[in-house]
Amino acid sequence: MDILDPVLLARLQFAFTIAFHILFPTLTMGLGVFLLIVEARWLYSRDPLYYRLYRFWAKVFALAFGMGVVTGVVLSFEIGTNFSRFSEVTGNVVGPLFAYEVLTAFFLEAGFLGIMLFGWQRVGDKLHFFATVMVALGTTASAFWILAANSWMHTPAGYSLDSGIFHVSNWRETIFNPSFPYRLAHMLNASYLAATFLVAGVSARYLLRGSHTDSARRSFSIALALAAVLAPAQLLLGDLHGLNTQKYQPIKVAAMEGLWETTRGAPLLLFAVPDMAREINYYEIRIPKAASLILKHDANGEVRGLKEAAPADRPYVPFVFYAFRLMIGIGLLLIALALIGLWLRFSGRLYRRRWYLWSCFLATPLGFVATLSGWVVTETGRQPWVVQGLLRTAESVSAVPAGSVLTSFVLFVLVYNVLLVAFLYFTWRLIKAGPEEGPQPAPSPSLTAWLQSG
Amino acid sequence: MDLTLVSTAIIAFGIAMYIILDGFDLGIGILFLWAANERERDIMMNSVAPVWDGNETWLVLGGSVLFGAFPVAYGLIMPAIYLPMIVFLFALIFRGVAFEFRFKSRNRTWWNLSFSAGSTLATFAQGLILGSFIQGYPIAGKQYAGGAFEWLTPFSVMAGVALVAGYALLGATWLILKTEGPLQEWCYRAARGLMLVVLLFIGLVSVWTPLRYPEIAARWFGWPNILYLSPVPIVTALVAFLLWQALRNRSVRAPFPLSIGLFMLSYLGLGVSLWPYIVPRVLTIRQAAAPVETQGFLLIGVALFLPLVLIYTVFTYWVFRGKVSHTEGYH
Repeated sequence: MDILDPVLLARLQFAFTIAFHILFPTLTMGLGVFLLIVEARWLYSRDPLYYRLYRFWAKVFALAFGMGVVTGVVLSFEIGTNFSRFSEVTGNVVGPLFAYEVLTAFFLEAGFLGIMLFGWQRVGDKLHFFATVMVALGTTASAFWILAANSWMHTPAGYSLDSGIFHVSNWRETIFNPSFPYRLAHMLNASYLAATFLVAGVSARYLLRGSHTDSARRSFSIALALAAVLAPAQLLLGDLHGLNTQKYQPIKVAAMEGLWETTRGAPLLLFAVPDMAREINYYEIRIPKAASLILKHDANGEVRGLKEAAPADRPYVPFVFYAFRLMIGIGLLLIALALIGLWLRFSGRLYRRRWYLWSCFLATPLGFVATLSGWVVTETGRQPWVVQGLLRTAESVSAVPAGSVLTSFVLFVLVYNVLLVAFLYFTWRLIKAGPEEGPQPAPSPSLTAWLQSG
Repeated sequence: MDLTLVSTAIIAFGIAMYIILDGFDLGIGILFLWAANERERDIMMNSVAPVWDGNETWLVLGGSVLFGAFPVAYGLIMPAIYLPMIVFLFALIFRGVAFEFRFKSRNRTWWNLSFSAGSTLATFAQGLILGSFIQGYPIAGKQYAGGAFEWLTPFSVMAGVALVAGYALLGATWLILKTEGPLQEWCYRAARGLMLVVLLFIGLVSVWTPLRYPEIAARWFGWPNILYLSPVPIVTALVAFLLWQALRNRSVRAPFPLSIGLFMLSYLGLGVSLWPYIVPRVLTIRQAAAPVETQGFLLIGVALFLPLVLIYTVFTYWVFRGKVSHTEGYH
């Protein structure tokens, strides 16, 4: 591996910056919905506990949102700086999708976030709630467009190729391409789940220490009620997404399963060490016929193997294989936690079982780890293609000198690590301080009172 | 309908919005370290905290519409300005995170520096990019074919310094609108000095560009163009005079729109000079334009959503209207 290989450097930099970025939208998409639920309950019940919870989690939201904005702006230009041939070839298709994201999502989030954070004394309750709804809607709209563009790169549709340049023949097919609905549902749910376990973990910490107990019980209860639905749903959505991938990107699935030969009654590998050069696995731990059962819903169904693609057309199998197991492992763990929580709730011991509170506390970051693993599976699993079967990653990079890219990559790693430390430090301080026990807010008798008619 | 023309108009509008909104926003960062004390810095930051990421979103709009409507130009310009672009993005990161981190921090020195140096460097890099853009880039086929430092020339450095002065002027006049007392008085004085610097640079660019690029000289001084275009410098002089008067008379409302006017006239002058190129002297807007099915789809989105965006942007500014105090945070 040559460290001055411009293709490798461009990929490393993009992978690093986008993986870092996606952590924050994952958090804000989920937390935005959580805040919406909390504010709705506050408006309905006027219980000040909900107001305190909102103010507290809105601060965490703001920190993560700021990080998401500054790392996101980078991405919108990095496609051009590092993948200019990709831009030229696919710009007709994905360019407008990005523009729609800005128009329908970014402006909406940015416009109403100010009111959400700074507006309590300046607008009425209902208008404030409206701002929270708009911010949550904006984060969701953002996921819609960016995943439409991403999904198109996995399952291109509605296009024609004219002298090597993509042209759109049908926008509906381009946007609602075959993998899009599955990817969108899977990712939105992943984000909700990650935020849910963050809230549950932080609340568990308060319950363990006996501080901020009243509000922590509330948030713990809401989070685990959501988890009881979201965690099992993720298994279902993941299965559907997997079946869709099996249909359109069978080689990716073969890499996920570590399957070299096309096989009837393919086994499920719990563990293995895939060897790319020899096209075999070592140290396999297998469940016979289980992969066929899962992927084909038939114990003797045929699953296609990696050898169906030429070696140059295969992804780097170990990444896909291990990341997939990490994602599934965490997913199953979160389902177990959610179901145990449900059982403890109905037997009235949810806030008292210390081993359970500890488990939830330790699970705080797991949703994010699983989300990143899932992205590693789907993105490295598409390689060596950037647009599946049509455009190779190696053919899409810019002719920028390798020295420039190496410089920027090293700087990104340094700066982002400093940022991450600062973000975690300030978030930790917020969590240590906890929700304020202050008084309920005075209803705002502001000039905008007329806006809260009724 | 000529879609390419409409797309160009939208990009031009997006860039104008960006220059105005993120201009005063970055300008506040440029002035930040020179303020008298921490309390004044709180006020300065609070005057933009609720709106800063909306302001920066116009940049992303410009980038994505360029990508969508003129993918060839996007793929050509970005690699050409690789290093200043990366510096610009890093600088934006440092100033952006300061909004959150500074108020939460016990020791603000580092975040003050992060905000101020980030804003100044981002503006300077933006000016470098603008300067190098006016100069044009060597290309082969439809891809950039120059080296890593093609953008670094005396002209682009001059453009960088000029933009720092210009955004600082926008920032100072915005603060005149939003503050009172000693801070406002300081802004009046800063704005007067900055205005003189900005005028100096406007003059310099107006002489340097036509001397260096004969086709731009022909555009401005050829007959009958000189007839249509002569109002541009005349109106610029008039706006400069009005701004000077407004600052001397301690007018609260006039300086900000007048300094915007100064910016928009320079922007108009730039547009006249570069038309019809999207990459100067290399690629016209028609050569770079995406096919009609892409532009049409893009423009439907713009027609539907841009008015909405403008409405709630105005609404947000209205909610946060009036003078700011130093305690207006949510932290």
